[in-house]
Amino acid sequence: MMNLSEGAESVVAASGSLGGAWLVVLLPAIGALVLLAGGKRTNAWGHLLGCATVIAAFVYGVVMFFASTGLDAGQRVQNLHIYDWIPVNALQVDFGFRVDPLSLTFVLLITGVGSLIHIYSIGYMAEDRDRRRFFGYLNLFVASMLVLVLGNSFVTLYLGWEGVGLASYLLIGWYQDRPSAATAAKKAFLMNRVGDVGLALAIFILFQQLGTTQYTEVFAAVGDGRLSSGTLLAVTILLLLGACGKSGQFPLQAWLPDAMEGPTPVSALIHAATMVTAGVYLIARSNPIYSASPDGRLIVVIIGAITLLIGCVIGCAYDDIKKVLAYSTVSQIGYMILAVGLGPIGYGLGILHLLTHGFFKAGLFLGAGSVMHAMNDEVDMRKFGGLWKKMRITFATFTCGYLALIGFPLLSGYWSKDAIIEAAFSQGGWRGWVFGGAAMLGVALTAFYMTRLMFMTFFGEKRWEKLKSTDGREFHPHEAPAVMTIPMIILAVGSLGAGAYLAINHTLVDWLSPTLGELSEAHDSPFSTPVLTTISIALMVIGVGLAWLLVGRKPVPVEKPERVSFPVRAARRDLYGNALNEVLVARPGTWLTRFLVFLDNRGVDGAVNGIAAVFGGGSGRLRRLQTGFVRSYALTMLAGSILVLAALLMVRFS
Amino acid sequence: MSVLATLVTAAQPVPVPAPPAPAATITQPPISYPAIMPILIILGAACVGVLFEAFLPRHNRIAAQLVLSVLAILVAGWRLLSYADEMPETGTITLGRALAVDKPTLVLWATLLVLTIGALILMADRTVERGGYFVADAAVRPGTVQDRAQAGRGEMQTEVFPLALFALGGMMVFCAANDLLTMFIALEVLSLPLYLMCGLARRRRLLSQEAAVKYFLLGAFASAFFLYGLALLYGYAGSVQLSDIANAAAGTNRSETLLFGGLGLLVVGLLFKGSVGPFHTWTPDVYQGAPTPVTAFMGACTKIAAFGGILRVLSVGFGTTSWEWRGVLWGVAIASMVIGAVLGLTQTDVKRMVAYSSVAHAGFLLIGAIVLKPAGLSATLFYLVTYGFTTLATFGVIGLVRNADGEATHLSQWAGLAKRSPLVAGTMAFLLLALAGIPLTSGFVGKFVVFQAALSDGMAPLVVVAVLASAVAAFFYLRVIVLMYFSQPAEDGPTVTIPNLWTTGVLTVCVLVTLFLGIAPSLVLDWTSSGVFALQ
Repeated sequence: MMNLSEGAESVVAASGSLGGAWLVVLLPAIGALVLLAGGKRTNAWGHLLGCATVIAAFVYGVVMFFASTGLDAGQRVQNLHIYDWIPVNALQVDFGFRVDPLSLTFVLLITGVGSLIHIYSIGYMAEDRDRRRFFGYLNLFVASMLVLVLGNSFVTLYLGWEGVGLASYLLIGWYQDRPSAATAAKKAFLMNRVGDVGLALAIFILFQQLGTTQYTEVFAAVGDGRLSSGTLLAVTILLLLGACGKSGQFPLQAWLPDAMEGPTPVSALIHAATMVTAGVYLIARSNPIYSASPDGRLIVVIIGAITLLIGCVIGCAYDDIKKVLAYSTVSQIGYMILAVGLGPIGYGLGILHLLTHGFFKAGLFLGAGSVMHAMNDEVDMRKFGGLWKKMRITFATFTCGYLALIGFPLLSGYWSKDAIIEAAFSQGGWRGWVFGGAAMLGVALTAFYMTRLMFMTFFGEKRWEKLKSTDGREFHPHEAPAVMTIPMIILAVGSLGAGAYLAINHTLVDWLSPTLGELSEAHDSPFSTPVLTTISIALMVIGVGLAWLLVGRKPVPVEKPERVSFPVRAARRDLYGNALNEVLVARPGTWLTRFLVFLDNRGVDGAVNGIAAVFGGGSGRLRRLQTGFVRSYALTMLAGSILVLAALLMVRFS
Repeated sequence: MSVLATLVTAAQPVPVPAPPAPAATITQPPISYPAIMPILIILGAACVGVLFEAFLPRHNRIAAQLVLSVLAILVAGWRLLSYADEMPETGTITLGRALAVDKPTLVLWATLLVLTIGALILMADRTVERGGYFVADAAVRPGTVQDRAQAGRGEMQTEVFPLALFALGGMMVFCAANDLLTMFIALEVLSLPLYLMCGLARRRRLLSQEAAVKYFLLGAFASAFFLYGLALLYGYAGSVQLSDIANAAAGTNRSETLLFGGLGLLVVGLLFKGSVGPFHTWTPDVYQGAPTPVTAFMGACTKIAAFGGILRVLSVGFGTTSWEWRGVLWGVAIASMVIGAVLGLTQTDVKRMVAYSSVAHAGFLLIGAIVLKPAGLSATLFYLVTYGFTTLATFGVIGLVRNADGEATHLSQWAGLAKRSPLVAGTMAFLLLALAGIPLTSGFVGKFVVFQAALSDGMAPLVVVAVLASAVAAFFYLRVIVLMYFSQPAEDGPTVTIPNLWTTGVLTVCVLVTLFLGIAPSLVLDWTSSGVFALQ
């Protein structure tokens, strides 16, 4: 388990077309700058520029990919120094890129899926007056995300990390007239801050212990055993906290479903395919650190397992099509986190699942967007039904994504998810049973909630015929224009074939080995591979069957039934995740604020006046407990000074 | 020039080195004029400005005062730069060891000079409001008929320009003061003009005058602390020289009650000026009440001067006893960060919110100031530079958002500002992100270098608190951004005034510096880490 692959850290200076890696970041960055600073002048052609920059970045990404595959495995990790960003005393932060199989894989995913979603957005946002600004934000996002994955140090990663966060809040709050959008943006910001603090502290600890934040030097130092196991554990936990914030993992998962307030292409690109997988990237990138800390990895696996179950369970209860998909994303990222937490047997599998998920989940979201587009932006599945006849392309592409997600044999999800389940079982002992069992249970639940979604949306009675949308219009579902369907078709092809292409013969895992090390083989599994596959297919069939029994064969009520059993109620309330946050974080924060405000405004003066009022017997004085008196300020200062003096003298003479 | 020079030396606050015994003859100490020339020019120009007030006709004064002040600063800057080349590596200590002109001094002086030009241009702006930010006739009682009449007049009290120059001169002496008595005089020279300037707002004059009185009273209170601390330290060391105090502390067995009592009181006086919590209480009221360009000047320059002084006092005077007082300042830094970050959340006024943000920033700065190593010094200086530019621009932008009653500083009035004026909202959003410390802004690099300096000196728990505090503080910056971008504009919301070209230029430069120092901080970092305090 502990074999760090030798030679994984031989880094050479970037040359050839890989030396131009800055170009892929620069292109969307220029796009964002022109679109956001150019103002209304760029309205006419802004969306085209937005697409062009990302497509050009994708093309260059492909060029780099082929240049890299032509190299020896030992030459594939290349460092591109751009300039000294923060050179001060002991600290040298070098702004540069690390072009290696892992970052190139992400470059292709981000720019590839990004290009498709940019094109789709031309159609989806056609009626939005601010379409140009939307493309500006999207370009900003792509540029930041590329900085995140290409950076060659933790500080550069942090730069991209904050950048994608910013773009994400701007886009979640896109529909400014909805208060819920502003709330969701705020929630996303807050929960991400919690994660960011973890990441920042991890970076500071690494700097304090090792004096550097460059990947090359940090990983070499960890390999030499220069960190104590306690420090390693702290770093792994703090990095995981960062990953939990960005990737919507337990206990910071609650922001991700709310983030669906943003436009659907944003949900597809940022909150399904790319940004939310940054946490997985972070852990995979830090694989030398995690490989050295088995306890740290155990925590990662626990978080992954909890999240994947939470996501599945809540996904079963929601009626909002985008929220179901969002919780599905939470749960699928749980699988990825679980995989990378398994260590050398899982890093590559996590990335494999990340890629296949990028295809099918982006496709599912675009499909949901197409349905919403057809149904006057309605998201309540209880008002859908029987749509497959009206929107055949959407239905077909959605079905591909659906089958891939539930792990239908030979489609994308089957290859990646089964490999993770097998790896989870192969840990042996109680861990194998618990985590493998959780992952296995997730298969049945996933099949259930996705089948429920399919039945409620595309099959059954056409419930929308008797209803009107909230703005009083009738529903006239129709197929989306070609600019929207073509990206969906391309993603559907990916959902069908990408898994097989990447997984058979370990194509992807071998390609990633210069960065992630060779994939260790699983040993202690209680089941052989064919048995596991059979069990997982059986569970999937059970999930589908249950969905048919409970949802598919009965008419779906348009109104949400209120009298439901406790598990459904709990799931509808996000398994009380928000209540938990409220109790643990929000209330103590409110109390602290109130207390400080009280001290600042009234405390000292109030005490003095209160005593005066008591002695004088006049209650009238109490009414004058107002703020802003100089004497109360002076008293605060005096109290502070006495404290400082007393502390100084006590330190000296104690 | 020679006339001016005599005039200037007359105006110079004469430092009084404590004589060991009443000597029969006092010989004039050697003076390195090139080293102190920037101070002489600024204080001299301030005196000329006073003469302008006496002799020039009123309608000519603004232009004359502005030209004089900016010219004086440019000349002072030119002398500063030319002196920087010839200065010995360890710095120059002159005027009978009263002033130390060394690399950190030059960095602080240059930053103060540049920022003051910006603040002066903001003060002279008369396009955002007829007559400018300042009252036409400060002697008229607020709320009277005459007061309403003067509110519409297109004039202003141009005394603010010489007052600003005096304050600037005081700040420059304060940063360079090598003994406590000089430092005390400089403290008064910089404070008194500021008290006056705070009370000169054209609108909401009662609030402005209240701010001035509060600032004055609390400032006097803090000065008393400083002076008492000085007296105790003189009793301890028999000298007010910082280096003598350090030597005395290193090798004697005198009463340490005097030393630490004196240090405590002295530090309280200094922390007050830097608006470090819990000595920050004046900050929100004064920032809110003062005319906005004055707030910008105070927010940027006073902070720089105060921390310049704190850095020098702690590292030159008390470096040898640091392990005994450091824990206490840890506590102060934590208090300041928590107070600033948490109370900032509850503010409903933009200026008060930025005031609490400055309290939080003071906590971050204090972390750097107690590192007492070259890394800490250079990080704190860098932070000061970045913070100065960002704050100046922030208040500059706040001054532009106005309605019929003057500045619209209530947060609810900022709702939907992005729809009315995308450029101003975008600028403000960028500046707030810089204050929050988001990467690619100077604020991020500033925090980063300060935190790493603190870590390298074994202050990890403090850094943890600081990271948490900055995460909390980021929320109230974001709240303003969300308000500006994601809320519907109010019906009778404020409009954004288009400022004149000069103000626009100042804001543009500050924003560009904020961006540039986030992308390529190495130029300024090289500069701030080029030397340490002169020790003598």
